[in-house]
Amino acid sequence: MTPNTKNEDRRPHGWIGIHRGHKARPVEWLAEKFIFLVSLSAIAMVLLIFLFVAREALPVFFGETNTALIQPTIPVAEMDKHSPAELRRYLDLTPEQYKSVDHDTLLALMQGKIDEQNEVPENFRNDADAHINTTEWKYLVQAHQWSGYDKPEHIWQPVGQIKKFNIIPLFVGTLKITLIGLLFAVPLAVGAAIYVSQLARPRVREIVKPVIEMLSGIPSVVVGFFALLVMATLLQKIFGYQTRLNAFVAGVALGFAVIPVIFSIAEDALTSVPRAYTQAALALGASRWQTAWQIVLPAAIPGVFAATVLGFGRAIGETMIVLMVCSASVMSWSIFDSARSITTTIAAEMGEVVAGGPHYRILFLLGALLFAATFISNMIADFVIHRFKNKLEGKR
Amino acid sequence: MKKLFSILSVAALAVNLHAGNITVKGSDTLVILAQKWAEVYMGQHPEVKIQVSGGGSGIGFAALQSQTTDLCDASRPAKAAEIAKCQVVFGGKRPTEYKVALDGLSVYVNPENTLKELTVDQVGDIFTGKIKNWKEVGGPDAPITVYSRENSSGTYEFFKEHVLKGKDFAASAQTMPGTAAIVQAVLKDKSAIGYGGAAYGGNSKLLNIKHDDNSPAIAPTEDNVLNGTYPIWRYLYVYVNPNLDKGEISAYLGWIRSDDGQKYVKDIGYYPLPKNLRNN
Repeated sequence: MTPNTKNEDRRPHGWIGIHRGHKARPVEWLAEKFIFLVSLSAIAMVLLIFLFVAREALPVFFGETNTALIQPTIPVAEMDKHSPAELRRYLDLTPEQYKSVDHDTLLALMQGKIDEQNEVPENFRNDADAHINTTEWKYLVQAHQWSGYDKPEHIWQPVGQIKKFNIIPLFVGTLKITLIGLLFAVPLAVGAAIYVSQLARPRVREIVKPVIEMLSGIPSVVVGFFALLVMATLLQKIFGYQTRLNAFVAGVALGFAVIPVIFSIAEDALTSVPRAYTQAALALGASRWQTAWQIVLPAAIPGVFAATVLGFGRAIGETMIVLMVCSASVMSWSIFDSARSITTTIAAEMGEVVAGGPHYRILFLLGALLFAATFISNMIADFVIHRFKNKLEGKR
Repeated sequence: MKKLFSILSVAALAVNLHAGNITVKGSDTLVILAQKWAEVYMGQHPEVKIQVSGGGSGIGFAALQSQTTDLCDASRPAKAAEIAKCQVVFGGKRPTEYKVALDGLSVYVNPENTLKELTVDQVGDIFTGKIKNWKEVGGPDAPITVYSRENSSGTYEFFKEHVLKGKDFAASAQTMPGTAAIVQAVLKDKSAIGYGGAAYGGNSKLLNIKHDDNSPAIAPTEDNVLNGTYPIWRYLYVYVNPNLDKGEISAYLGWIRSDDGQKYVKDIGYYPLPKNLRNN
């Protein structure tokens, strides 16, 4: 827009943005390289985290995990008939471990495998589900009629004799809570942003803005505790639903954590709309409300949208509030039923799982899927924001 | 919080890397008792340092097999797979099991609930979601809200195994992060039912439990747990690598199971081990 951007456009760009046209001083050059490296490392970090999480989940993808309750055993006497590689896989040892154990230990381990099968309670031995590998994709995403249930259901019960790892209730729960949180937070936060940036007197603004931003300083565990003890009871009295701790309470509590995020970005976006717009509208006889609502807000829409997307990211990743308020993995879209989010599941269950076991792998799979979901939502948001911006600026 | 504890204990470990160090890790059920024992024992034997941390029984067994802890607290017996994993690193030996205390699990309801007793099967049916209204078991006509623990808890596994007979908890069962949270919820919610240690019940109402329809209802008191008439109870265990069960560690384990050590068990809300079980 300003005249000197044209000059900069004409200046040839060197490798990674260092201008060939003028001589950078060595310190500047170093600083620039350093900042470039730091930003590269951020990208590398994101990639590494994803790769690490995905790597732990890979065995589930390739169907290498087996959670069938009844598994074939090898009698100790027939040990020599099997190759070392087979025995190693059967006993679930790493190659180093297999090398380090002596023959007696190996015998003890073989016996342990048989003991493990003998530990299976009598009433589960003839259960139709006892032979099912519950980590197959079919059981992870589709409803299945488990024994003891009257109809096919999505069940997340990862601890017990027959471990049920259906991830659909967790996705439904996450979406349910996140959407309620956003429905509660976005209108309030954007409304507050419009008020603070356009309508409030400077003195009021000086007070309201820091106070709302202070909300983000409240630790989420405190918000969760408040919701658990106070809000849950209050909301139950108002709405009179049956389940005291449900997705609605969690969503509203989550809203408190999301409001400051959305508010501060939306407020920035609204404030940075050129004064000329407001002044022109007011000069033409529009009221302050009309100006704020019909001129400033549409001009700031890309920023407000970006704020909402960031709020979505914060909400879907929030753990503590949801963990404290509701965590029953019910398969239901009703907002007054309980729900269990993915983050809650990972946080609550990771502590007790056997490292490298099927439950551990599935938790990492959930992490990877959550990562992918936020990544894709951010990508789409970025695309939409650019479209909006171009449209507003009259570019095609 | 757990993480903070483990970081602190690692930090403490780094400071105290001299002889006479015992690390204890495992069940959250046992962590307060284990800390009490450690505190008293360290007072009596200033040369010994004991670090206690929680995390859960499973974490304790994992630490035992990776040899990052000397003693493993557990609120359930070791599974065959866990024993086998330990044998790999213990030179074929099984970890030694010591029973250290008894724990009775109570069923909590809201104080305003008129119900007084349930059979074990009825409790199971309520928690699996088969019984959905209090009037089906002789209580008021109100839907039941079920509160349970996170599935990482040893108490959850014990309850699922012994009261639900291995069946799944109802999907609508609220999972709470701790026994205190369950009690809190039960006190706030008139239609609630929850479970946990008898000593943690606070102001909630503890139901009397019957073995079956024809047997008398038993209150979760110390006498009833110790003489085995109260139906829902379990042992609490300490596991140790047999190669380390000598010197200081052996002396400490002996003290825990002596009269002197056992007298602290009741302060924490569990029950001391009957004398005939102390020398297994």
